[in-house]
Amino acid sequence: MGLRKLLDSMEPHFNKGGKYEKFYALFEAVDTIFYSPAAVTKTGAHVRDGIDLKRVMITVWLAAFPAMFYGMYNLGFQANTAMAAAGITEVQDWHGIIIGLFAGHDPASIWDCFWYGAAYFVPVYMVTFIVGGFWEVVFASIRGHEINEGFFVTSILFALICPPTLPLWMVAMGISFGVVIGKEIFGGTGKNFLNPALTGRAFVFFAYPAFMSGDAVWTAVDGYTGATALSVAASDGMVALQAQYSWMDAFIGRIPGSMGEVSTLAIFIGGALLLLTRIASWRIILGVFLGMFALSSLFNLVGSDSNPMFAMTWEWHLVLGGFAFGMIFMATDPVSAAMTNVGKYWYGALIGVMVVLIRVVNPAFPEGMMLAILFANLFAALIDHFVVQANVRRRLARG
Amino acid sequence: MEHYLTLLVRAIFIENMALAFFLGMCTLLAISKKIEAAIGLGIAVVVVLAITVPANNVIYTYLLADGALAWTGIEALASVDLSFLGLLSYIGVIAAIVQILEMVLDRYVPKLYNTLGVFLPLITVNCAILGASLFMVERSYDLAESTVYGLGAGLGWALAIVVMAGIREKLKYSDMPEGLRGLGGAFMIVGLMSLGFMSFGGIDI
Repeated sequence: MGLRKLLDSMEPHFNKGGKYEKFYALFEAVDTIFYSPAAVTKTGAHVRDGIDLKRVMITVWLAAFPAMFYGMYNLGFQANTAMAAAGITEVQDWHGIIIGLFAGHDPASIWDCFWYGAAYFVPVYMVTFIVGGFWEVVFASIRGHEINEGFFVTSILFALICPPTLPLWMVAMGISFGVVIGKEIFGGTGKNFLNPALTGRAFVFFAYPAFMSGDAVWTAVDGYTGATALSVAASDGMVALQAQYSWMDAFIGRIPGSMGEVSTLAIFIGGALLLLTRIASWRIILGVFLGMFALSSLFNLVGSDSNPMFAMTWEWHLVLGGFAFGMIFMATDPVSAAMTNVGKYWYGALIGVMVVLIRVVNPAFPEGMMLAILFANLFAALIDHFVVQANVRRRLARG
Repeated sequence: MEHYLTLLVRAIFIENMALAFFLGMCTLLAISKKIEAAIGLGIAVVVVLAITVPANNVIYTYLLADGALAWTGIEALASVDLSFLGLLSYIGVIAAIVQILEMVLDRYVPKLYNTLGVFLPLITVNCAILGASLFMVERSYDLAESTVYGLGAGLGWALAIVVMAGIREKLKYSDMPEGLRGLGGAFMIVGLMSLGFMSFGGIDI
């Protein structure tokens, strides 16, 4: 218990009136990483549950790991394959130095691919964590609230939805916007109305579209262009897509894409954990799926001569792009989603419908999950309002 | 028929008056604290827009446009161009219609009338309303098109204010920094909402 003693002996300095009063938030964060807080509710009846906010957030963080590790491997696999095909033997910039330390460029070697991916992903994640964490600490110290584990989730989700080639200063810009404008100005964790990770990504997406979309950003090889599966489908149609990738490829994740979203399988493994622990709402996931299923089937039936996306069936929508990642990790964010049970179905369905609508009808964006979730976030509060009102009316009518 | 549907969808989502053009901000920011009031004002704006845009269209086509007076059959009037009077006439028409709407509401829906208070007369100078009429002239819509456009622009604006009110009702329990409570925060919210509505940008229908 030496650590407990050490922390206790330091505590007076950080309490009100102490020398380091300003840094109380930092002290509190370190303390609660190691020990559960001593403060408990004193009055009123309340539910005791082992699963508190801290544990919820850490579980989500861990659930993102399969997608993250697989994403690193796949990033390296895509890049090494592209390099082997183009006859390039080494990466020119500083990434190359890191890669050269421990690995080669053999696409068949799991370690080579994994290390290559790590050399790209880890810097992005580190920048996200340090810059975002900095804002988190600044706001917590000045405004006197606690540093929250919610940032673990925001940071990993943000890093996983960036393309690997995104310059690091843009990563810093994006996470700053997401944390400050998307969350902190509304009072921090639990008070925001948009998903902070998506807000940050949307900001970078609209501010620097050349670095966030297009064909050149998804494979981390200089000068290499490879379209994502969704843009292949949008421009050349389903036949061209199926000639390039099988459904199984897309499900397991052997396709180019942003770091976390490629493997639907890995995402579902994390998703199973979230559903088992009841952290993610199955109602939202079901709603998203049904909305997507209904509208994509409708588009299949309607058909179109000029727009090949009309022919994309639901199982392809499911495995391509950010759909699975968004459905499991982003849409279920308990803060920005609808809170009522009935509202969750509607909220989910709105996302599902919007994502298909954007992918199919909007030629400007081949991918739609990010924008669909942000759009539904706006309506979440309104949906809740109407669900509550309907409930009030029903109860009044019952007398 | 498809043409009108396209026009309606465009006006509601893609060219949303509030979130794509940022018109009608003053009312949007002021009356978006409660969902009920926002719905009321939203309906009022839909009604006013759906009436004034076609009304102004008639006035423009038959009185103001270059050569519009040809229907009178008087030689001297056939070449008259009164379009410089446009701004004045549109405002006049809008003011008159809002006045009538106010009296109707006062008589039949006093509750809504009281909620809207001073903001109902202020619809007169709501730039979204005048903006719709000016867009109508600029894009040379005919009568049917301008009716659909007026309706769509109104619905889009109403949607924006109702969504905004929903968010602000939720944020009532948020611990926003002192300086951002009220209008400052409201501006931020509108900006973020506009980001959410960007999903429609680029749809070409």
